[in-house]
This record gives sequence, structure tokens and C-alpha cells, in this order.
Amino acid sequence: MTIFVNRDTRLVVQGITGRDGSFHTRQMLEYGTQIVAGVTPGKGGQRFEERVPVFNTVAEAASATGANTAVIYVPPVGAAGAIFEAADAGIGLIVCITEGVPVMDMTKVLPYVRERGARLIGPNCPGLISPGQSKVGIIPGNICSPGKVGLVSRSGTLTYEIVNHLTRNGIGQSSCVGIGGDPLNGTSFIDCLGAFQEDPGTELIVLVGEIGGTDEQNAARFIQEHVRKPVVAFIAGRTAPPGRRMGHAGAIISGSSGTAAEKVAAFEAANVVVMQRPVDVVELVRTRLQRA
Amino acid sequence: MNLHEYQGRALFRAAGIPMPDGDVASTPSEAESIARRVGGTVVVKAQVHAGGRGKAGGVKLAKTPGEAGDAAERILGMTIKGLVVQKVLVVPAAEIATEAYVGLVMDRASQRPLLIASPAGGIDIEEVAAKTPDRIRRVIIDPRYGLLPHQAMGTAFFLYREIAAARAAARIMEQLYQVFTGNGCSLAEINPLVTTPDGRVMALDAKVSIDDNELDRRPDLALLRDESAEAPSEVQARRANLTFIKLEGNVGCVVNGAGLAMATMDLVKFYGGEPANFLDIGGSSNPEKVVNALRIITSDPKVQAILFNIFGGITRTDDVANGIKAALAQFPVRVPIVVRLTGTNEAEAVKILQGIGMTALSDMDEAVRNVVGLAREAA
Repeated sequence: MTIFVNRDTRLVVQGITGRDGSFHTRQMLEYGTQIVAGVTPGKGGQRFEERVPVFNTVAEAASATGANTAVIYVPPVGAAGAIFEAADAGIGLIVCITEGVPVMDMTKVLPYVRERGARLIGPNCPGLISPGQSKVGIIPGNICSPGKVGLVSRSGTLTYEIVNHLTRNGIGQSSCVGIGGDPLNGTSFIDCLGAFQEDPGTELIVLVGEIGGTDEQNAARFIQEHVRKPVVAFIAGRTAPPGRRMGHAGAIISGSSGTAAEKVAAFEAANVVVMQRPVDVVELVRTRLQRA
Repeated sequence: MNLHEYQGRALFRAAGIPMPDGDVASTPSEAESIARRVGGTVVVKAQVHAGGRGKAGGVKLAKTPGEAGDAAERILGMTIKGLVVQKVLVVPAAEIATEAYVGLVMDRASQRPLLIASPAGGIDIEEVAAKTPDRIRRVIIDPRYGLLPHQAMGTAFFLYREIAAARAAARIMEQLYQVFTGNGCSLAEINPLVTTPDGRVMALDAKVSIDDNELDRRPDLALLRDESAEAPSEVQARRANLTFIKLEGNVGCVVNGAGLAMATMDLVKFYGGEPANFLDIGGSSNPEKVVNALRIITSDPKVQAILFNIFGGITRTDDVANGIKAALAQFPVRVPIVVRLTGTNEAEAVKILQGIGMTALSDMDEAVRNVVGLAREAA
């Protein structure tokens, strides 16, 4: 079992003919994701790689193909518009890969998406994958394998590093979700923790956080109250200086809040083990899976 | 991107927020003529991105235009927290009856703009929040409706009991909200918001930060960036489309992805080293980016060893190897380089590196231990 995406995921790719969109669409097709449509305004009627029909709008794509999930690879200035459009077309899960979306745009997008009952993942995220079933976004498929560990992360390549350790040591994953590195995003750690707790296919959860904001602290409280499955965490940015944006727009220590120490302490108070090094994930997950 | 006070003032003025007259000067004679124009006692304030300007001697009172020139003479060129003062703001000294605080921030918890106000102005608001939380009022704003009249008035009455002052403050809050949303701010703050003995309400300071993601669609705001206020290596990095932050250690780091870059710095520290920088070469790393990254890192004389940590997903590791090869052909690198790479096109990358007499590791831990050891030997 998985969360958010699976064999029934019917994907529409917004920005399918662009540089990034076309590259990653090929990768997703190769992985076996069911891509039912693409959208590029002005290119409606064409076919991508002779197999995926392209539409001018998401609404057309959805009504013609029954798409239930959208992934967005459009430039930052158009990203908010693309999310509004997908939500209006009745798409239930919207995954925005685009980095650099103005935060002011997100303040309007987020309530709009919620009021329509849709879920947004991202922006500025690598997407998600349920190994062996569906990959939506840019997480390399070859480093993942099917199994029982659910993973949620604010990062991209750090997630790959950790997933790779798991896979190479024979520990598979139910789903891996990258929620993105922006200060305002559609899906939080808590949303994913709740979904993994409910998912019978997930036995243990790995959470990869970083400095900035309070999403990890909220996650720690939520774990204490609602999560019965074991959780292992990692926090990046123990050596980050305050007041500097560490690559991700959301990875910034503001004043004295959002530090790694604060987050580590919150997890430890919730009986969540925090690893020191990415490689530690293997040992920690193994011992906790045996105990579970 | 943080704005200087004089730049923030310009945005406040455009929105109609009442502020004392005044202007910015780059020379003592300019400061003197501004003081002559505005008349009376003036304040000469250093324009640098650093708190505690007053304590550092960067804010001076001047009773005459001549004194203003002298004050500017002393402040210009002064170094405050490592930053050289290039400009001063010259404003009339206001007579102050009360000082309050009004600010707007992008609140991550509610995912909306948040208005914060306190009758305890002129001091660090985080301190007020920690010590006397009942003296702070927070109002979450729905950006689809904006700051509603009753929200502004309610907050204004929290600051002032006089109806005239409250009305004036409410209007200022609405204007501040226009500045905030109209310029894609992550922060717009007035500290202090003052009342004068004759009953006027005005902003004595302007602190504004713009969301970096706004700058592509707002070239007018992008022009406000003051590169003289940044480390030269960081300016060079931004021009090369690299995210780079200079730190104090001696282990240079070149990594793809922000999270992995932070985790790499942390692991350097874990094994007893000190990272010299944060550097993210991003997703699609063409060889030229790697050349620029190496050029920037090697220009730091403190760096004793360099680590590449590349997890190839979208990033092709052979691109990175080609970048290292190209850089070494273009300029001498006098410190050892440890390369860790794994993922997309790893075999080709290893071959390219072998061709120039280098080896590549595939394990992050091993690579970090090696580079920390090399830096220690060299130190």
C-alpha cells in the first residue's frame, strides 16, 4: 500500500513540452507512471512522444482522459496560475515541482486549493514516488524499491541520499514524498505523517527536515499524540548561520527560531530518534522494524 | 533581499506613510546640504544591513549643517559588523512623545500575512514578545480581502486611546499593508512608530525585506540590491547562478541540492572539521557552473581542502567531472580535492576523473572523513 499515488494514478503533465517537463515526462513514462495527458497552451491536438495527447487546458485534459493527478513543470511566474487551473479542473492531487514561486502568490493559491478539496504538494519539491507503482515528479526511480518504510522530506538530493542507503541495504519504501523547501507549501509533515499512520502498507516513517519555521516542531507534537508507528528523523542545517537563506527559501533561521537544535529537541521530547548522519538511517530503521 | 532604510523609506513614502523629510548622502558635503535644506537638528544614520547601528556609533545627532557634515565624515567609511558604510541618511530629529511598533511579516504557521503591533516600540520586538507577550497584538490577514478596516482600527486602539492618533495609525497600517503586498515583501516594519507632542503619528524607521522570488518579475525591485553590502564571493556566485554562503572554516564544499549541501556541512563538522562555505550548484549542473564554483572557493585563502559531494539525479555526474577537469586546465588549484559522486552517469564520471589522475569515492561518509583529515594536515 502507498499514500497519495499508486497504480490508479492518472497523471496530467502541465508544461509537458517544455525543457524540464519533456525530460521528466520521459523518465516517468519509462518508470511506468500512467501519464494520460499533457497540457501546453497552443499545442492542443499534438501528441507527446507519439503517445501522450496534449491539450490546451487542464479542464479539457481532465474531461477527456479522467486525469486525477497533475504535475507542474512551468516557470515560476506561471506556476500559481497553473495550480489555480488544476484545482478548478477538479484535479485532486496537484504536485508543483517549480522552484522560485513568489510567496505572495502562494498565500492566495493555498486557500483556493483547499476550498476545492484538492491537495497540493510543493512548490519547490521533487514530487513523490510509490516504488513499483507510480512516480510523479523527479525522484530517480532506480534508487527506490517497494517496501514498508514511508519517507517524507523537505529536500531533494538529501532524500535521494537517504533512500539510496535504505534500498542498498534491502529496505524498501511504501511511498517517498518530497514536500518542498519553500516557507509556504501545500502539504506539511503532519499531513504525510497522518497518511502514513493510516496506510496499512507503512510500518515505519522516516522524516527528513531542515532548519527554518516550525513544521518539524509541529510534527513532533503530532507524533506524540497521533502516530503509533516508529519514526526516525534527520535534521539538516546544524551548522547553518542565522539569518541566511540556505538555498531553500524556507531554510532560514529567523532571529532565534527555526534552529536545528530546537527541532532535534522537539523530536527527542516526542521519543523520536534523530540521526546524526544520513548513513545512520539503515541501522536505526533496521532495529526499529525488528522491534515493531 | 534586505533593503536599506533609505530604500524602505522611498517605498513607504510612495504609499503615503508620513515620515520626516530627509535624504540619503554619499559624501559629507551632500549630508551638509541636506541638513541645511531640512533645517534644525538632524540625525545622521549609517545605511548598512546590520542591527545595533546606534551602539556601533553609526547614528549621530547634529545641531547644524556643519555638524551634519562632520558626523557624515566620521560615519562614512566606518565598518559596522564587517560592513563598510557607503551612505548615510540625514533626517530631521523628531520630537517624540510615544514610541510603538508596527510590522507585517509573512507568517509560515498561518500561511498568511501577519500584522504585529506593540505599544512598546523602539526596542527589539522579539524581546518584547518573550518578556511581555501581553503587550503584543497579532492579526492574521486573509490576502484575498486584505487588511480589513476593523482589524486596522482594533489594532490602532491597542496602541493609542486618542481617536485622532488611532485613526492616523490605522491609516498607516493600511498603507504599510499596501507596501507589503505591492512589493512582495517578507517583512515591512516600522520601529518606532511615534507620536509627536503636537499629536502627529509618523514612521521614524523603515525596515523592508523582499521575497527573492519576486525579483525576476520585478526588475524595479531587483535594482535595489546593494552588492557592496555583500561578500564579493557571494556576488560572484549569484552572477554564476550558484547559491553560495561564505562561512569561517577551511573545508570548501561543492554540493548539488540545498538539503544535501547542509547535511554535508553538518557531516564535516561531525567529523571535527569546519565548513568554509555552503554551495549548491543546483539541479542541471553544466560544467561551467563547476568551474565557477571552484574559482570562487579557491579564491578564499582559508580553504585547505575541497569536497565535491554529488548525488546524480537530474544532475549528471559526468558533467561535474568534466567541470573539474576544465577548471584544473584553466587555473591552478593548490589544495587537495576529494570527489564523492554517485548516480546518473557515474561510470563515465569516474573515467573522466581517472583520465586526469583523480579518483572518485561513492560513499559520502568516507569522502567527508578524508577531506577533514586533509584539511587538518594542511592547517
